[in-house]
Amino acid sequence: MFRKKGGKKTPKISTASLPDIVFMLLFFFMVVTVMRETEQLVNVKYPKATELQKLEKKSLVSSIYIGKPTPKYTEKFGTAPRIQLNDAFADKEDIISFIQDERSQLDEKLQNKMTTSLKVDQDVKMGIITDVKKELRKAGALKINYSAVQRGGDN
Amino acid sequence: MARKKEREVPEINASSMADIAFLLLIFFLVTTTMDIDKGILVTLPPYVPNQEEIDVKIKQKNVLEILVNAKDQLLVEGEIMDVKELKELAIKHVDNNGRDPDFSDSPQDAVVSLQNDKGTSYNRYIEVYNEVRAAYNDLRNKKSQSKFGVNYNDLSKDQQREIRDIYPLKLSEADPTDFGNEK
Repeated sequence: MFRKKGGKKTPKISTASLPDIVFMLLFFFMVVTVMRETEQLVNVKYPKATELQKLEKKSLVSSIYIGKPTPKYTEKFGTAPRIQLNDAFADKEDIISFIQDERSQLDEKLQNKMTTSLKVDQDVKMGIITDVKKELRKAGALKINYSAVQRGGDN
Repeated sequence: MARKKEREVPEINASSMADIAFLLLIFFLVTTTMDIDKGILVTLPPYVPNQEEIDVKIKQKNVLEILVNAKDQLLVEGEIMDVKELKELAIKHVDNNGRDPDFSDSPQDAVVSLQNDKGTSYNRYIEVYNEVRAAYNDLRNKKSQSKFGVNYNDLSKDQQREIRDIYPLKLSEADPTDFGNEK
């Protein structure tokens, strides 16, 4: 209405920090999304090896965890090594349907490239692993990966 | 009221913003363990329901027999052995080319047979598997170095196949024994 001389200018908010904030958020989300999406029900300490290969496409990899149940679950499930598929404990009979389920989520062209990553604790005995491998062969999931960490490196 | 000009809101100094952002960035960089899945890639043989005893005639000398018992001890070709010696022996076995009558005729004929017990620990199994892989990787690298001058992993797909045909990894895994439970 009235023009006050000199004007009460609305002060400019500095936008110089905006890119920084955006970057910060970006980095934050980058970091967060890499973290595993399933809750770990079993303890897995990977064995060490030297001849490691990287698994390229994450979407083509489905994981099977085998190890002792975490302290939270030892009361219920004991300390014998168990198989974990997705978010739940499972028996070896469930593996075939698990593989079929995972496979059906993939594009048809990529289905034969599916890799199953066996994340097995180093103290687990081979009996259970042999059983799992047999089930995987039955399910036709022939590409598997024994997860391991580089020997000499820090975990 | 009289002097409006003096009441302008001072600009907040934002130059430290970048520092804060970097600090956070570095914090996250350091604290996160990027969960890259690494491991030993293996292709399993397809499942055959009623496995008939198919008599595949393989000369005994072409087979490197590795047995692992429930106590994680190794028996290679009938002798107790440490895992560390396995790689060298495997290289000797595969790259023998008929020199030593106890080892393979040629790399193409060489077979590594691995049998473990149900009580063998996964750790030992991976160790053994790793040593066999290491032996083959060594041989392939050596071959590709002499042939193409670069490591096996840096070759093109066709070249890799060429090398792979010279040193094919034939690893047969027998059904595990079950002596571990007898105690």
